Amino acid sequence: MNDVASNHGIARHPPAPSRALASAPHARALQEAATRVRPYIVIAPALFFLVTFTYFPLAKVIVGSLYQAGFAGAPATFAGLANYVTVFADPSFHKALVNNLVYSVATVVPSIVLALMLALWLRRSTRINHWLRAALFFPSLVPMVAAATLWSFLFMPQVGLIDYYLGRAGLPGVNWLGDSHWAMAAIVLVTVWKNAGYYMLFFLAGLAQIPSELQEAAMLDGASGWQRLRRITLPLLRPTLLFVIVLATLYSVTQVDQVIVMTQGGPSDATNLLLYYVYENAYQFGNTGRAMAATVVIVALLVLLMAFYFRVLGPREDDAAR
Amino acid sequence: MMPHDRRRLVALALSSFVLLWSTPFLWMLIAAFRPSGDNVAIASLWPAFEPTIKHFASALAAGDFGQWYLNTLLVVSGILLVQLVTVSLAGYAFARLSFRGRGTLFALFLVQLLLLPPVLLVPNLQTIVNAGLYGSLAGMMAPYFASAFGVFLMRQVFRSIPRELEEAALMDGASWWQVLWHVLLPLARPGLVAFSIVSIVFHWNEFLWPLVVVNSPQRYTLTVGLASFATGAEGGNEWGMIAAGTLLVIAPLFIAFVLCQRHIVNSFMFSGLK
Repeated sequence: MNDVASNHGIARHPPAPSRALASAPHARALQEAATRVRPYIVIAPALFFLVTFTYFPLAKVIVGSLYQAGFAGAPATFAGLANYVTVFADPSFHKALVNNLVYSVATVVPSIVLALMLALWLRRSTRINHWLRAALFFPSLVPMVAAATLWSFLFMPQVGLIDYYLGRAGLPGVNWLGDSHWAMAAIVLVTVWKNAGYYMLFFLAGLAQIPSELQEAAMLDGASGWQRLRRITLPLLRPTLLFVIVLATLYSVTQVDQVIVMTQGGPSDATNLLLYYVYENAYQFGNTGRAMAATVVIVALLVLLMAFYFRVLGPREDDAAR
Repeated sequence: MMPHDRRRLVALALSSFVLLWSTPFLWMLIAAFRPSGDNVAIASLWPAFEPTIKHFASALAAGDFGQWYLNTLLVVSGILLVQLVTVSLAGYAFARLSFRGRGTLFALFLVQLLLLPPVLLVPNLQTIVNAGLYGSLAGMMAPYFASAFGVFLMRQVFRSIPRELEEAALMDGASWWQVLWHVLLPLARPGLVAFSIVSIVFHWNEFLWPLVVVNSPQRYTLTVGLASFATGAEGGNEWGMIAAGTLLVIAPLFIAFVLCQRHIVNSFMFSGLK
């Protein structure tokens, strides 16, 4: 009975020597093999789906980007970097790449600054603050499609809510989504509106972890509010900041629902983003090779961005030394 | 100025900002219940004091919301059920079992946090087509059956549980899966609940992937349905109906949020614990 624990891959205790086991070396070897294999069986279900829907498609998209689809069901032919050449020569792709850079910066920076400011203002746990936080968080709980549908009306020329109230204030209206100067700003506004409340939550959680003695000590030393923010709050919020920046950047590349609903990348590619370019090429233009090459570009950008962030904002050596 | 007065002023300014921030929802609520008439500006935020449910009736007639609700519920719960199994098992293995390649495999999982299924939508759709799942609800669910976020979260949760508890159970002759089922999972409940809430909200809101998998209105989820419904109604300028349709999609989330706000907020905060 005392070798029960050895039946489980978990127990680190060496199996107690036992006569029964010694007399059956075969059974014991089998059992050890089972113990060694078990962890792989336990992760197998998750691993299967991970491989099928992340690594297999990743390989497929890299290989596929090197092939040209045949006409009318003919087999695809190896095309080398031809798809990349076409993609990088495609003005729409240029537009999407530049737009996405603008869009990422224009959504990540304001939504994080706003979220941090709101978290600082609402950090005290009062009844009214709870209500305000809830109202600010709620947009991130609803589908982007629903948000985009509502904002589509707000941005409607003339009859829409913004133009209606601009008109009542005696100001001229704008065709927000139809004007290539304004369409990107409109999409950016929707994204910031949708996500700022979500990021605020992380800053609130981060702020709650900062010991209040630190603030009090700094206050007694006569540090101003701005000094306390610069010297104490922001450095201690570093991990939160890194996490939120990574999350917001990821969203700015992987979330294009509002573009599909509100502008379809238009007018004249003014709101075309990389993932929308992929979607459009694959499902509207039927150009799979191009879509795959563009996907590889997105993946490469994501990997580079994350590596960059962790280098610049990741744990510092002086943090580790402490 | 007294600090007390200043605090009041800040609260007032913040409240006004939040009210402005909520304008899209306020307009939705007002427009959905306001009777349409010739002398009513649809954009006005002035409510009708004789509300109507006419817009809801026409929204339900124009869009198959019942079917879309059902499809969304099936997709969301199907994904969650499979995820709970895969994520608990893998989280347990990474937290408690030692095996060759554990670190590498775990890192391979974390990469999925970057390469979400929408990014790989072209090759994933080919896989779904080849598997004969194109146009099916199962095809909408399958890419999400393994969740890197869930594996990571459950690993953290299992690691925070003291080992003595399971060792006692092992001594009593329990097998590893009995330990997982009877000891670890009950203790991991807060983690499982947090993961479930985040998963439900995420997949309830998902749009791009279902959009490319779906091939008939019969299989629309709420988001895909709403987008097509709104496109149709915008042509007829039926904004009251669009407000009502959007409200129908948002309502369950709003009710859930009001009922268990603390739970939902904490779960989303939990999703940032790294």
